[in-house]
Amino acid sequence: MNVSRESSVVGARPSPAKKSPFDVHRIREDFPILKRKVHGKPLVYLDNAASSQKPKAVIDAISRLYSEDYANVHRGVHELSQRSTKAYENARVKARRFINARTEREIIFVRGTTEAVNLVAQTYGRVHVRAGDEVLITTMEHHSNIVPWQILCEEKGAYLRVAPINDEGELILEELEKLLTPKTRLLAMAHVSNALGTINPVREIIRMAHEWDVPVLLDGAQAAPHLAIDVQELGVDFYAFSSHKMFGPSGVGVLYGKEALLDAMPPYQSGGDMISSVTFEKTTYNRLPYKFEAGTPNIADVVGFGAAIDYIDAIGMESIATHEHALLDYGTQTLSEIPGLQLIGQAREKAAVLSFVLEGIHPHDIGTILDQDGIAVRTGHHCAQPVMDRFKIPATARASLAVYNTKEEIDVLAAGIRRVIEVFR
Amino acid sequence: MMEELRDLYQEVILDHSKRPRNLREIENAEHQAKGYNPLCGDRVTVFVVLKDGKIQDVSFQGDGCAISTASASMMTEGLKGKTIDEAEAIFGKFHDLVTGKVPPGEVTESLGKLAVFAGVQEFPIRVKCATLAWHTLRAALEKRPEAISTE
Repeated sequence: MNVSRESSVVGARPSPAKKSPFDVHRIREDFPILKRKVHGKPLVYLDNAASSQKPKAVIDAISRLYSEDYANVHRGVHELSQRSTKAYENARVKARRFINARTEREIIFVRGTTEAVNLVAQTYGRVHVRAGDEVLITTMEHHSNIVPWQILCEEKGAYLRVAPINDEGELILEELEKLLTPKTRLLAMAHVSNALGTINPVREIIRMAHEWDVPVLLDGAQAAPHLAIDVQELGVDFYAFSSHKMFGPSGVGVLYGKEALLDAMPPYQSGGDMISSVTFEKTTYNRLPYKFEAGTPNIADVVGFGAAIDYIDAIGMESIATHEHALLDYGTQTLSEIPGLQLIGQAREKAAVLSFVLEGIHPHDIGTILDQDGIAVRTGHHCAQPVMDRFKIPATARASLAVYNTKEEIDVLAAGIRRVIEVFR
Repeated sequence: MMEELRDLYQEVILDHSKRPRNLREIENAEHQAKGYNPLCGDRVTVFVVLKDGKIQDVSFQGDGCAISTASASMMTEGLKGKTIDEAEAIFGKFHDLVTGKVPPGEVTESLGKLAVFAGVQEFPIRVKCATLAWHTLRAALEKRPEAISTE
């Protein structure tokens, strides 16, 4: 099918004129789960950096596909296969538009950010990283942007270099710059830190890396739900993000790659859909993006992901960012007033993440007690043990906010934390 | 405080978590092992000195949540002077208690003070916290070289 023609038909952004003024209570109505109670208390869901909740529009899109249009994609001549294919490819158009990629050929559907990073490590990485070379990451990476590079470096006899962060949880740019050398084959780093909330100055860093001809992969899992992303403006080489953190279903993510890079990369997994012809002597691979999408994809969830992008578009990323920023300011102020509470991660540029520790009280106990109040926070190392080691703590409690959270919920959180302190007094 | 929470964080448990007993290293202890709970980052090292088949001294070091610290502390208090078989039997009963295999009343007497951990039943995710020190003790007695993990 002609993907680029599709884009001109369904690719238009919802007109801003249709947007109504931001009303968090109306947004909450869109999320069925927010009406439920936990331990008899209204749910206060503050674990959005782990995974966000889903609006009815997403749930319905998945249900509608299965009820009305479902069949396998890309193969059938029959009506349902064509309808499923169209819905699936429309989601690609939406994803392309969401990060302003140049073409749908640069949008690879994967299972999530983790698979996207692994894909690049196992294809681009295995071709370009050789013995003695270096791969550069940072201290604030999620394990999923550490381990694939560790495995690659071990296999190739290459070295993993790590750019340090300061006490506020910000990257030290001068140190990062020093670690860019002629041996550096790739810089892989978080756009936004999951454990600290730090928003990295990626435009500047990409410019720095490109001066050394070092391509950059950004882990955008925590950025995609909160920031407008423009891969062309950033000039980033690879960008990875997950549907489930941005109101879409789990099991879907996107790897963006510059077309020339993707074109030159060997396939990741092999099988159906990623080939154009197979004989026992030789197989010719399919064109982009299908070369990297072996097997029947996660059709319904990709369609649900498209609905999630529509949902974000309808609210507007700017409104989302404004609301979350107000929540972050309020949360920072409210939590700072609690005696014995220390916020971990106080970067100047920060997403709505409140990671904290309480003097003399283990985060695990905080989590259990808050849960009894219906408050869902994450406790632990957040799959970022090097960050915990950097701050010499075993774990934190983390409240991470989304567009549907309210100041009242932050008050409930603060009251819950004060109750925790009382239990342990 | 809600009832389940009061059951979990009993005064005795809070006391032991704030002022853990036998929180010290036994230098050159023949029996020692490390335990790790990756879920919450709890780490514990258990030291045991055996004499004539009995636990003459037992201590621990580590950093953990209230439940795991109190459990380690009360374990060391409860096991001094016991034989290895007796210690195993107590762990078995303790395990049954925190996992809810046996109603609290039935095992309370033989466990003595350790019965305060009955509240863990209502919090299955915390069972690993309550049993970390015990699993580590077992590894120490068996002289297992590698750190044990709850996952």
